[in-house]
Amino acid sequence: MGILQVQDVNKSFGGLKALHNVNLDVEEGAVHAIIGPNGAGKSTLLNCFVGRLKPDTGSVMFNGTSLLGIAPHEINQAGVARVFQTPEIFGDLSLIENVMIPTLAKRDGAYTVNAWGRVDQAAEIREKAEHILEDVGLVEKQEMHANSLSRGDKRRLELAMCLVQEPKLLLLDEPTAGMSRADTNNTIDLLKRIGERGITKIVIEHDMHVVFSLASKISVLAQGTVIAEGAPEEIKGDPRVQEAYLGGAHL
Amino acid sequence: MTNKITLRSDNMMMGLFALAILTMPIWLMPIGASYPDLMQKFAIFGIFAIGFNILFGLTGYLSFGHAAFLGVGSYTAVWSFKLLSMNVVPAVIFAVIVAGAFSFLIGFISLRRSGIYFSILTLAFAQMSYNLAYSVLTPITNGETGLQLAKSDPRVIDGLFVEAGAGIPSTNFFGIPMSGYSGFYFCAVLLIIGFYISLRITRSPFGMMLKAIKSNQNRMSYTGLNTRPYALTAFVISGMYAGLAGSLLAVTDPLAGAERMQWTASGEVVLMTILGGVGTLLGPMLGAVIIKYFENIFSAFNETLLNNIFSFLPEGLQEVVVSVVGLFVGEGWHLTLGILFMIIVIYLPGGLVEGAQRIRDFVGRKRQKKTSEAHQPQIAE
Ligand SMILES: Nc1ncnc2c1ncn2[C@@H]1O[C@H](COP(=O)(O)OP(=O)(O)O)[C@@H](O)[C@H]1O
Ligand SMILES: [Mg+2]
Repeated sequence: MGILQVQDVNKSFGGLKALHNVNLDVEEGAVHAIIGPNGAGKSTLLNCFVGRLKPDTGSVMFNGTSLLGIAPHEINQAGVARVFQTPEIFGDLSLIENVMIPTLAKRDGAYTVNAWGRVDQAAEIREKAEHILEDVGLVEKQEMHANSLSRGDKRRLELAMCLVQEPKLLLLDEPTAGMSRADTNNTIDLLKRIGERGITKIVIEHDMHVVFSLASKISVLAQGTVIAEGAPEEIKGDPRVQEAYLGGAHL
Repeated sequence: MTNKITLRSDNMMMGLFALAILTMPIWLMPIGASYPDLMQKFAIFGIFAIGFNILFGLTGYLSFGHAAFLGVGSYTAVWSFKLLSMNVVPAVIFAVIVAGAFSFLIGFISLRRSGIYFSILTLAFAQMSYNLAYSVLTPITNGETGLQLAKSDPRVIDGLFVEAGAGIPSTNFFGIPMSGYSGFYFCAVLLIIGFYISLRITRSPFGMMLKAIKSNQNRMSYTGLNTRPYALTAFVISGMYAGLAGSLLAVTDPLAGAERMQWTASGEVVLMTILGGVGTLLGPMLGAVIIKYFENIFSAFNETLLNNIFSFLPEGLQEVVVSVVGLFVGEGWHLTLGILFMIIVIYLPGGLVEGAQRIRDFVGRKRQKKTSEAHQPQIAE
């Protein structure tokens, strides 16, 4: 049984059917890629996992408990972290603070008032945060404001914010979009390394180079429906997938 | 790159702040502001603004109703004087507790919304409180006249220790009367404590969470943090500061009126915070001092005084000048305040603290050019 089980999820926006009877079974420890053309409903699907959207019908089970109808912070506390398509970071805060906040959230829970300690003397938390920043190659910039980062760096920061929590399930919405080839390769290496830590990952990605170097399983979404699913080699040769990608231009 | 904030730099700032406050009677002398009544106001409104900044500066939630908590603090303190004791300690403690409870209620409801809707909710609550105090709750607030002390007040605790004297006794701190300089120093010490607490909060993990609310609430919830109780805690803390400030107004002048809760009073603390610098530690105090100082000076002008000042002008011109200037002083001092505020918001949105920082940077850069030093760090904050 998978760590995340999605059954018959439907979601409409007005007349637009963004998700249509979507089923997904994500194996523990897997890197499960979701690919598909723009507007296929990939981000919408992730939104249904983290409490940003509630599906019209269907169920989303994580480790045997439903993720529907509980608040985003509770979902995260249960072990689900997400990197968004447009980076969601604390723009006015320094990089190190950006990473310390999720570290504290993981350690102290959803609400703790520690109004007397000093952030600059919280050595344990700070070390942990610095360590992760080193992993993503941002440790030199730790005192900079997050707003001043490039788009690619913002993504890596957001990734660090998720990784520091050691989630059970990590959702990545186009984690390499806007990155140079070199940065993309670094990110692939990083994601491979954290794969060894046993974090299950769902990756939405347009870059087929990234998909085929990471994924253990691929689901193809088109117009809100899963049209194909399988190991990377199976997907590569699937004619329906080629068609959905307009004659296979991306493959 | 900013200078690193350290325990040492904070202790230094704390020390200088305490020194500056305690020596106010000396260095305010040259500008004629060193008398206790005015310095008390600096301290009291400093407390009000510093607390307000914990909510507005850190979380970004702009309350337009904090005068309600100021008023609640004053009423509570006066009731403590009437029922329990003229000692200011119970008055201050009860005022902080009651204002805290009251702000919990208002905050709990208002924080269901954010942005402009939050501001409007707090404004509505404050106006409701004002109207309640003015008319409906007359038995508690004594309505229009305001709550005052009376000779017949029970003062049960005082009754146990001393014989009632001839007149209404005065407020005291274990026997030290709270008038003149001792009143100022009582407020000053509480101001220093209040500043220290706000410094600790700002530097703490809790303070970092409050800044995260201002920065990105979405990211906060997807990071596993429940934003609402954090914001509510900040709201209640700032409400307690307001209650403390309100009680001190009653300590130095034991009466409480509904006008203290009016929206103009709520607006004033917003102005103080923005004028000095939202989210900075020293800004709110600076804003409070400047506004109270100029209020004091400008509102003292009247027509006779102006006529004297401009008596060197030819008769016709003198009349014109006096009537124009007269618009901006006395009762019209709020016009001056409004213009000052507009200038700050347009040209210096970070407030005076940012202005000071810019000047320092500018001077620093000039000096750097001269000595061609490699690195000239900017001041933090
Ligand atoms: N909050 C929303 N309101 C209305 N329409 C939406 C919303 N979110 C997504 N959509 C629509 O749903 C479809 C799927 O969008 P999305 O999930 O973002 O696609 P993808 O991530 O696969 O590119 C698109 O047509 C998009 O316009
Ligand atoms: Mg998308």
